[in-house]
Amino acid sequence: MIEILSTGAVNSVQDLGRFGYLDAGVGRSGAMDAPALEVANLMVGNPGGFAGLEIALFPFRLKFLAPTVFAITGADCPASLSGKSLPPWWTIQAAEGDVLELGLPRSDARACLAFAGGIDVPDLLGSKSTDLKSGWGGHEGRGLKRGDRLSLGETTAHRPLPPGGFGLDPLEFRPAPAAPAVAIPVRVLPSAESAAFSQEARSEFFAVAWRVSAEANRQGYRLEGPELHPSTRLELFSHGIMPGTVQVPPSGQPIIQLAEANTCGGYPKIANVIEADLWRLGQTPSGSAIRFIAVDRPQAIAALRSQRSAIVRAGAFAALVRKDKVEPGLYTGLQMARPARGGNAMQINHKGE
Amino acid sequence: MDGHGQISTGRVPRLSMEGAGAILLDVAGPTFDEACQARIWALAAQLSRRPGISETVPGMNNLMVVFDPLTVDPLAVEADMRRGWQTVVPEDTAGRTVDVPVTYGGPGGVDLAEFAAGKNMTIGDVVARHTAPLYSVAAVGAMPGFVYLSGLDPVLALPRRHVPRTAVPVGSVIVGGAQAGIMPLTAPSGWHILGHTDLPLFDPHRDPPAAFHPGDRIRFVVREIQA
Repeated sequence: MIEILSTGAVNSVQDLGRFGYLDAGVGRSGAMDAPALEVANLMVGNPGGFAGLEIALFPFRLKFLAPTVFAITGADCPASLSGKSLPPWWTIQAAEGDVLELGLPRSDARACLAFAGGIDVPDLLGSKSTDLKSGWGGHEGRGLKRGDRLSLGETTAHRPLPPGGFGLDPLEFRPAPAAPAVAIPVRVLPSAESAAFSQEARSEFFAVAWRVSAEANRQGYRLEGPELHPSTRLELFSHGIMPGTVQVPPSGQPIIQLAEANTCGGYPKIANVIEADLWRLGQTPSGSAIRFIAVDRPQAIAALRSQRSAIVRAGAFAALVRKDKVEPGLYTGLQMARPARGGNAMQINHKGE
Repeated sequence: MDGHGQISTGRVPRLSMEGAGAILLDVAGPTFDEACQARIWALAAQLSRRPGISETVPGMNNLMVVFDPLTVDPLAVEADMRRGWQTVVPEDTAGRTVDVPVTYGGPGGVDLAEFAAGKNMTIGDVVARHTAPLYSVAAVGAMPGFVYLSGLDPVLALPRRHVPRTAVPVGSVIVGGAQAGIMPLTAPSGWHILGHTDLPLFDPHRDPPAAFHPGDRIRFVVREIQA
């Protein structure tokens, strides 16, 4: 059991999303940085799809009401457990009464927390994700509030973690966060109406840095930049859309549909963010700039495959550490270096290949 | 095969990507086509049985197919979508027919009087024309459980309100443009509210959560007309 001590209302229980109900109008939901939640779960010994917490408003504090193994991944935010600071992408055992505190991220937007056993809320249509827009799923169909107590699922007996826990190097999974002034690259595939925009409009779409406006939430991000308009006025019938769809409404300012997107839309679609880059948007705060990069379908699939194998490697590595089959010295103690890039995490991978 | 079927089959589907793991098949012409939609439902059912396809989402004369591109070759899915469109046989008996009891006008149908006045019709005429057709659930989506109904009498078509209402109550029986619908949840909408039904349309605690599915048919029946 954990108790929420301080939070914002957009922090919520999420798993990897609700699948199979698009044709009933029920959207995906799920973590905006799904790979980070999946890795956090694997670090604590859960299946990757267990429910955890997505934290997008800081500071956030919770209290452990029982000894609990947990992991923090996603945004690089100052984290501390009862005053002792924790590196990013770290898992550790909390004692009863320990308080976990997350401060404003140094970069990125959303932190993920996973707990051994997972957050134990009822399944709704096959998922524990909160659908904030619709007001169901997760914990009472809403974001977290101070005083909420969340049960954790039963855990199979884990071997104790190395004292101080262990970490994974996020650079093994993903590029380093962009410097503040640099537009974050987001790869896209063409969509049905791409060709309805003039060559000039399409060039502009890829050339400029788009600012993520203040209207940015789990449903989608409204972008600010030059106005784009299709060459001819398009009258589209309602059609299925996916997270990542980039629509251009009559205002000419694109909207990127995200986790809580409506299942159908009618605006022209200029592009689709590839599945492997949806997490980058999840980690892009309002006010940041993004730029679009055109790729083709084989590149989009290769990117997804590479992301998937990085997650599998992370899981294999975490399992080895938890079972003490890896030299613990390298990974114990918060003051010690975490596996360096190309270090032990990759050695395991190389042995496997 | 009837003339409509020929016309629908003759349409060459336009396929486009929605990311690496979804493909949209679009056969829409300038106006919505019922025969075409029956083929969309049948193709959705057929493709949903294909191994590797995780979801099929019928839209209005279009169909989105969702799959895992790491386990299924998108080109093979595209080939099956094209071939399926040419060969699929619409099933006449696919959907159910459900009567939806409606209380027209009154506090649950606040726009009825103004709607009738704007059309130079009596309230009775509007209700008669609204209850006459057998509507088809062309698609479900946008919001959870929302039914896109085709079959509205063109005389009742009316552009949406300039300023949408921020909260149209669950159960509202509504008309927007050339479409009819029912609000499955209380949500913003710019459609005109003619009446109200107590029939539950959506319950996330039920599986399936939506009362109606693409291909179902709906007839509105008068429960009461309130002044």
